[in-house]
This record gives sequence, structure tokens and C-alpha cells, in this order.
Amino acid sequence: MVTGNIVTSATVPTGGAVATEAETAWDVAARVPDPELPMVTLAELGILREVKQDGQAVTVVITPTYSGCPAMLEITRDLRYRLRAAGFGDVTVRTELSPPWSSSWITRRGREKLSSAGIAPPNMPGRGNGGPIPLILRLPARDIACPLCGSGHTEEISPFGATACKALYRCRDCAEPFEYMKDI
Amino acid sequence: MSDSLEDDFAAHALAEDTEDHRWAFGTGFTDALEGVDTRVPDGVDAQALAAYCLMLGDDALILSHRLQQWVTRAPELEEETAIANIALDLLGQARMLLARAGKADGTGRDEDQFAFWREAKEFRNVRLVERADGDFAEMLARLLVFSAWRLAQFDALRSSKDPVLSAIAAKGVKELTYHRDYAARWVVRLGDGTAESHRRMQAAFQTVWPLVDELFLTHRVEAALPQVAPDASTLRSEVDVILDTVLATATLDRPEVPPLAGVGSRYGRDGLHTEAFGYVLAEMQSVARAHTDATW
Repeated sequence: MVTGNIVTSATVPTGGAVATEAETAWDVAARVPDPELPMVTLAELGILREVKQDGQAVTVVITPTYSGCPAMLEITRDLRYRLRAAGFGDVTVRTELSPPWSSSWITRRGREKLSSAGIAPPNMPGRGNGGPIPLILRLPARDIACPLCGSGHTEEISPFGATACKALYRCRDCAEPFEYMKDI
Repeated sequence: MSDSLEDDFAAHALAEDTEDHRWAFGTGFTDALEGVDTRVPDGVDAQALAAYCLMLGDDALILSHRLQQWVTRAPELEEETAIANIALDLLGQARMLLARAGKADGTGRDEDQFAFWREAKEFRNVRLVERADGDFAEMLARLLVFSAWRLAQFDALRSSKDPVLSAIAAKGVKELTYHRDYAARWVVRLGDGTAESHRRMQAAFQTVWPLVDELFLTHRVEAALPQVAPDASTLRSEVDVILDTVLATATLDRPEVPPLAGVGSRYGRDGLHTEAFGYVLAEMQSVARAHTDATW
């Protein structure tokens, strides 16, 4: 899926989005960083769904992580700006809501980058059985390793964090708080 | 701020030919359904679909606003963050539903026109979402009832014949599960806590309960949308199981209070609202109405 030119640091390339001849619109769109999680790209986060290329005309399909995601407009503008800068004249960005984004769409590379940035990557979400959605009255016991010291001795502080897609955790060994990318 | 400086800011925020559009989030809103295929399927009553989306959108919009009023007032930072997150999810749902309504009814009205330029009697939310929370317990009691009900509703809507509604519902189910379980855990903690927390949690349910029956009244709009919208009365047993489980675990009693009456069989869904609604609406709409050419 993701080829070659992955931005490996959290820095946002400025003015460097010049396409080489061989570069496809997918390559350019795929390395656009997420505005709220700039250490991962849109492709690694799994919100870049499709890039259709017809000569200079490009249609990009993205999907929001959460209904209230405030970054969709910035993502759309980023995509348009970088694709135009890479020489694609006619750029359309479309949103698709279905199927809904799942944290299991984050790529292996994306998970590694989240972890390196101190954000524990998501576990696999539970599968629905078709019946009513079960009520979970206890804090869910997830097997989450502390991204700082590696200890599995961690606990949830709050199911909600600084962005819609993250929960707050703490490590009971190194005592550091950290963020967990929610499994949905 | 001088006019020219204001213009600079506006231009800066909107510039797409540089990376400066990243300077701040949420400084501009586009159509929440931009790029989504919003054609109404054959055989679906478009006006009824629009009316139904307004009902669900207004429920989320008004409760979101009431939850936002907790920001800077919550007892702990973690809870404030949680409440703000829940409010944001609901606002996101509201934006998509209001946008859906404006496309389905053919008027092309956008979310802002629905949110800021309708009068109270044109809103279609249930009356449960209107009152100001007296304390943290009231916020939780209402959030539990609301999210358990809305989760059952969205779960049913996942198989709606309208693909936009079913897509909005499929996203919403994941969010609402988090909301319901958050509220449920707090209700158990406070209900089964100290004598004072138990008393206040029980009192909160007494306050909220008269508004519960209305959630399960079948509405004629639902009847006009077979296979698109579930009949609200069919959701009751599923929601009751959840509420009874939480109340029992929290050592709280299920309140026995009469439901708040309608007027001539009109309720929130028909534009009949409580006194509290005028206040929340005034707060929500005043800036947009005072600065008609403002953008954000």
C-alpha cells in the first residue's frame, strides 16, 4: 500500500512535496501527515481510502475517524495543497462515511510510529455478535504495554483524551501517564 | 480589531495556496456531508426523511450544548475532557444529520441555518435534552438515559434503507457505546458510593425520569418511513434492560413518577418545548444573530 517516500519524523515537509516523474497521486497523498497526529500519515492512519488518478485529475477519498473530527477541513486542504504542489492540477477530495473507520485499519508502520511517539497503539476491537451492544460496567481490562518502559502493568485513567481518538492511561511501574489510541 | 486586520485573519485562515491553513483548527466549516452521495433512495419520502434527520440532529445539537456548559465547571480535568469529547461526538452527529435534512428537503439549508436561524417551535428535539444540569449527578443521569436510548436507536438505524442515515448510525454506534458506558460507570460509582452521593444520584434520576416516556412515543414521521426509521416504541425493552441493570448495580431505585404531559398530544418532536429551552437556544444563537456576516 504505502511505498517509498514515507515521512519518518514528525516534521512536516514544507515545499518539499515536489513529485518525481514516477510518483503517483497516491504516493503524494499517502505521505500527508495527519494534523492531530503528525507522526503518522493519512495512509498509515487508514483514513486515506482511495486515490483515483486520470491524467492531471485526481479524486481522493477520505473517511473521518470520529463524527466530530475537527480536522477534516485541514486534511482536505492539505491534500489539495500538496497534490497541486506536486503538479496535479485538478484535485477533488471526497468523504465516505461507510464503512466506518476502524482503528484496526492503522498500518503496522503507523502503529510503530505511534508507539515511538509515546502513544500506545490500539488493540483489535471486539467483534459485534449482532445482538444488543453489551454494557461494560467495569473499566475494560486491556492488555496494553506502556510505550515508555514496556511494562504491561498499566491502567486506564479516562476513556477520553486530548483528541476524540485517544484515551488516557498510566503505567503503574514507571508511573508515567500516556495516551492510548482507542480501539473502535 | 480593525477591519483590515480582521480581513487579514480571514484571508490567512482560508489560504489554501500555502500551508498556513494549518494555523488553527476549526476556523472554517464546510458542509459536513461534502463529497457524500446524498440522493434520496427511490421509494423513500424525502420530506419525512428530512423531518426525521432534524429530530435526531436536534437531540444531539441541544444535548451537546448542555454538555459544553460543563467545560471549565467539571469537578476534575479528566471528567471535563470526557464531557467535552462526548459533546464533540454529538455535535459531529448533529452536523451530519442537519446537513442531511437540508439536502433531503430540497431547501439546501446548511447546518448553520438550522442551528442558528430557527425559532424554538421549529426544533424537533425531545424535551429530555433541554434542562440545565443542577449538578454532576443530573448530567450523568440524563447522559445515561439519552445515550442508552440513542444507542438502541442508532443500532437499529444501521440497517436503514437510507444509506446516509445508516452510515451516520454505524459511526455513531461506536461513539455512543463509549458515552453510555462512561455514564453508567459513574452512576454506579456515585449510587453505590457515600450516603450523600447516593442521595444526589437518586435525586437526579427523579428529576430526569418524567422526560423518559416521551423518548418511546411513536411519531407519525417514523410511520411514514418504513425500513428507514425504527418505531421509537420498539426500543423500549432494550433500553429498559440497560437502565434497570445500571440502577440495580448502583443500588438505586427506578423512579416511579408520572411522565411530563404533552399539550394536545404534542411533545418535543412536535415543537413543544420546556421553559429551559428558550434559554439554551438564546445562548446558542445569540452570537450568530448579532453578527450575521461572521464566519468561523
